[in-house]
Amino acid sequence: MVQKDLQTEPESLDRVDGRPKVTGTATYSAEYAVGNLAHSVLITSTIAKGRIKNINAKAAEESPGVLAVISHLNSPGVPGYPPAKQPAEPAPVGTAFRVFYDELIYFNGQPVAMVVAETLEQANHAASLITIGYEIATHQTDFEANLSKSAVALSVQRSKNSPFQDYGRGNPEAFDAAEVKIEATYTIPTQHHQPMEPHAIIAVWEGEDKLTVYDKNQGVKSAQGNLAQAFKLARENVKVNAQFIGGAFGSGIRVWPHTVAAVLAAKKLKRPVKLVLGRELMFTSVGYRPYTVQKIAIGASKNGILTAMNHEGTGQTSAYEEHLERTILATRAMYACPNVFTKYRLLNLDVNTPTWMRGPGDATGMFALESALDEMAFALHIDPLEFRLQNHADTDPERNLPWSAKSLKECYELGAEKFGWKNRLPAPRSMQKDGMLVGYGMASSLYGFHRHPSKARAVFSRKGSVVVQSATMDIGPGTGTAMTRIASKILGVSPGKIRFDLGDSSLPDAPGQNGSSTIPSVGSAVHVACEALKTKLLKLASEIPGLNLQPDQMTIKNGRIFNLTDASGGISLSDVLKYHNLEQVEVTEESKSGAERDQYSMYSFGCHFIEVHVSPLTGEVRVKRVVTCADVGKIINYKTARSQSIGGIAGGIGMALMEASVMDHRFGRYITNDFVSYHIPVYADVPQIDVIYVDKPDVHVNPIGSKGLGEIAIVGVAAAIANAVFHATGKRVRDLPITVEKLI
Amino acid sequence: MKPFLYYRPKTVKDAIAAVASHPDARFIAGGTNLIDLMKRGIVSPEKLVDINHLPLKKIEQKGGFLRIGALALNSEVANHKTVLQKHPLLAQALHAGASGQLRNMATVGGNILQRTRCNYFYDTAFPCNKRTPGSGCGAWEGINRMHAIFGTNEKSGQDSCIAVHPSDMCVALLALDAVVLVTGQQGERRIPFGDFHRLPGDNPELDSNLLNNELILAVEIPDAPLTRHVHYLKVRDRASYAFALVSVAVALEIDQNNIKTARLTMGGVAHKPWRFPEAEKIMTGQPVSESVFQQAAEAAMQGGRALEHNAYKLKLGANAIVQALKTAVGKA
Ligand SMILES: Cc1cc2nc3c(=O)[nH]c(=O)nc-3n(C[C@H](O)[C@H](O)[C@H](O)COP(=O)(O)OP(=O)(O)OC[C@H]3O[C@@H](n4cnc5c(N)ncnc54)[C@H](O)[C@@H]3O)c2cc1C
Ligand code: SF4
Repeated sequence: MVQKDLQTEPESLDRVDGRPKVTGTATYSAEYAVGNLAHSVLITSTIAKGRIKNINAKAAEESPGVLAVISHLNSPGVPGYPPAKQPAEPAPVGTAFRVFYDELIYFNGQPVAMVVAETLEQANHAASLITIGYEIATHQTDFEANLSKSAVALSVQRSKNSPFQDYGRGNPEAFDAAEVKIEATYTIPTQHHQPMEPHAIIAVWEGEDKLTVYDKNQGVKSAQGNLAQAFKLARENVKVNAQFIGGAFGSGIRVWPHTVAAVLAAKKLKRPVKLVLGRELMFTSVGYRPYTVQKIAIGASKNGILTAMNHEGTGQTSAYEEHLERTILATRAMYACPNVFTKYRLLNLDVNTPTWMRGPGDATGMFALESALDEMAFALHIDPLEFRLQNHADTDPERNLPWSAKSLKECYELGAEKFGWKNRLPAPRSMQKDGMLVGYGMASSLYGFHRHPSKARAVFSRKGSVVVQSATMDIGPGTGTAMTRIASKILGVSPGKIRFDLGDSSLPDAPGQNGSSTIPSVGSAVHVACEALKTKLLKLASEIPGLNLQPDQMTIKNGRIFNLTDASGGISLSDVLKYHNLEQVEVTEESKSGAERDQYSMYSFGCHFIEVHVSPLTGEVRVKRVVTCADVGKIINYKTARSQSIGGIAGGIGMALMEASVMDHRFGRYITNDFVSYHIPVYADVPQIDVIYVDKPDVHVNPIGSKGLGEIAIVGVAAAIANAVFHATGKRVRDLPITVEKLI
Repeated sequence: MKPFLYYRPKTVKDAIAAVASHPDARFIAGGTNLIDLMKRGIVSPEKLVDINHLPLKKIEQKGGFLRIGALALNSEVANHKTVLQKHPLLAQALHAGASGQLRNMATVGGNILQRTRCNYFYDTAFPCNKRTPGSGCGAWEGINRMHAIFGTNEKSGQDSCIAVHPSDMCVALLALDAVVLVTGQQGERRIPFGDFHRLPGDNPELDSNLLNNELILAVEIPDAPLTRHVHYLKVRDRASYAFALVSVAVALEIDQNNIKTARLTMGGVAHKPWRFPEAEKIMTGQPVSESVFQQAAEAAMQGGRALEHNAYKLKLGANAIVQALKTAVGKA
């Protein structure tokens, strides 16, 4: 097997937008120079449940520079919301949060008013002058204390085909009958995306029925649709621009209330309004990975064959809306086990609605499953890697379908070899170095394949340059770079002459950047668009007399079309256009899935090998070394792919060792609401990471053979770390994060 | 943020007068703590007296002590030749604090007077006696994982404060017997480091015994043969850039495997940097050995009292002391 890395792909492209990003010329949402801009500040509730009795805004309104104080009392209203009821009644479950709608409080940190002023400082000061009177009702925010109230989600009750229905295959008594059993409960706390760039928006009404927003989000098209619906505008009258995003990890998948609030304010004032969320507001405004408790019961034969897996997951959601995620789904597909039963429950609490966060559901579920597998391997005295190999699923055990492609065994082999897994001594606490307890841990990962219909436009202009466009996004992975690479390879035009446009809702339709779907979906669209453009260019060239270009011989390289048999002949692309008197040649193509979705089960697979050192006296855990290996089909651009994997590992280190949003339930309010108390990994926490890809095209998924990488990069990392900590210390930590008090 | 006046004095006298002439004025040095507090509405001074242009930056060896000006930057002190030579413990503690960027702004005076990092103190939606006297202590029956195990008031917890002083530098300065040189309308005075900060008692809003309008001029560290066997150990939730769960400063003078002098202080455990005279005594005159370190650690943690979420600090504290002592003598 060839192990591919950067060295074997020296032609990897640097980020096409790297220079603007590091030199500060890239324009982020809050940075657009819009004239006559007003600045706003959100005021949020300090109680978790109840109603607003009064808002005393007089001093604020009279404060210098203040243009308006907006709340439910004077909001111009969002026409897409139903009319507000008098007196206000709690929203039925399933309602998205409606900003400035009525006096009801659903969670601590809920936007209740907004101050708009000429300057940000004036708005901030005025905000400090506002007092709000509340009638407080008893809230429930404590997941553990309310766990018994969890239930099947209403949306699942209504939908027979929901994947979150209770699931079973095989014999329900298999666990009781198993020779060896593991039963355990795993907990992950609420965790927040907290990208470096806070969410921000500039809202501009260009007349009564035309709206432009510069908004941090992960899908300009869905934001466009959402805002059009909310404000009852024609879709094409809403322009959403989000060209540069300073990280999101899922926080920008939907249009949040603060965005609507800024649009409302701009409407009321007939002036552009900017809103930037402060770091503390980022904890209650844009969702989070929900607190989740999972019970896992695994049975196996003494010789290490899985005989039963029961997995029950319960996640938290708000009182007004349901958020479901894949928590228990991986367990059905990951291993060859005949008897598998899963249940998924939700617990409604007086908190804001969670959302998808990198590897949503799977990062959570695989923490539990892969920890439990490690526990079982230990109980069986079998090497954890060997145990996984013994239970490898050669076909999808859930859907009884062949995999479109699966090279997990190669991943295990490549990863173990690079890591030196064979040097692991099986007994916990048996390895030491420099006074530190050394632990080796591993875990598998998987992530479902997502591909959505996508369009791309490709334009070749007489100057010799290419523009490719799609309303896709780049929240950090390097979308433009990958797309440039795809276009360059097909069109035979050097990357420097290609520009890829994204993050603008007026471009051809594309899905938002989520579910690791961008390369599979938009990459395919760019591929087919460039192929179509190439066909057109070749045809135009073949029509030029005297060149003797043969349809079956023609190729494009370095901007020239020639016969393969005669590299010195041919014609430049520019001259082809000149001959036909064309300024440019343009195509727009769509690409989407077909019948293959029903013939194959499609996943990315991978694994992580991790070494930790634990201080025996202080219990501090440091990740020392990581080898991560993934099979995500064809790798488009190694350099940016590798960055994705490194980012996923860093996120997994945070999830495993430090990230936790802690709430004081007496107040229903987070006490960790800044970067001093909500810890994410710093450089010193992220060690050397070796990234390996199998890099074999999956011929069944799409024309480029590529599957998504963003999510699988984090799935399983927390388990690999917890498993390594167990190996180092003999202590099994089942509730994240693994902090010192759990180890001393 | 509330609008405020800004004044930049040229002399120490001018600075003191400027603060004294306004009922709600504050000195500002690096601003790395004060500005954050103002942004979050925790303090709202009406006047800022910017002392950055006062001649208080010098680090100089005087007769028997090193004088470090109040405006010397944390990074300058941490990398200063004399400090590295004579007081490596201080350099270690400074390097363990904050981040490179912050240390380049933060001053010695500001570091000493930085406020606690209690989460309840930082969010005005919570009650907090330190921020709003009489409002109650949010942390007392709340989430007190980061809070004090020494010097808390068992009976009047709700009315007092269980916060810890967050500085790393101060833990080392206490171990090194430093003295704080201050000046005010009544003139100069020297405050031994152990008396500079205070326990919360009935006035949790007060962190230190510095009087209103008094300005820190410098800290002075007496010469001592505590250079070889020193260690600053900081236990935290990530590898860098986090406040201490607990931290330990140890400095030993060892003569032929016998401990001649022992200094042992801790951060993250009390409203002020905490010193353990008993444990120091236990080690003095004893041979260097793990069992002596264990005894010292046990003695040190004797008087500790746990709250709901910080019981781990009793064990972690003892372990950290042993670890720091072992590292200091090169036996980690
Ligand atoms: C994100 C972050 C992480 C941090 N991590 C750590 C850490 O791990 N360890 C650590 O020890 N510290 C840490 N700090 C705190 C940092 O050390 C302090 O903010 C810094 O030392 C304060 O110094 P300054 O000069 O900026 O003070 P300022 O913010 O200017 O002032 C702080 C206070 O001191 C007063 N003051 C300043 N100078 C004088 C003087 N000469 N006389 C009288 N009063 C004066 C001011 O009036 C003010 O009340 C961190 C800070 C931040 C923001
Ligand atoms: S511990 Fe002190 S700072 Fe924290 S809430 Fe209580 S009184 Fe305030």
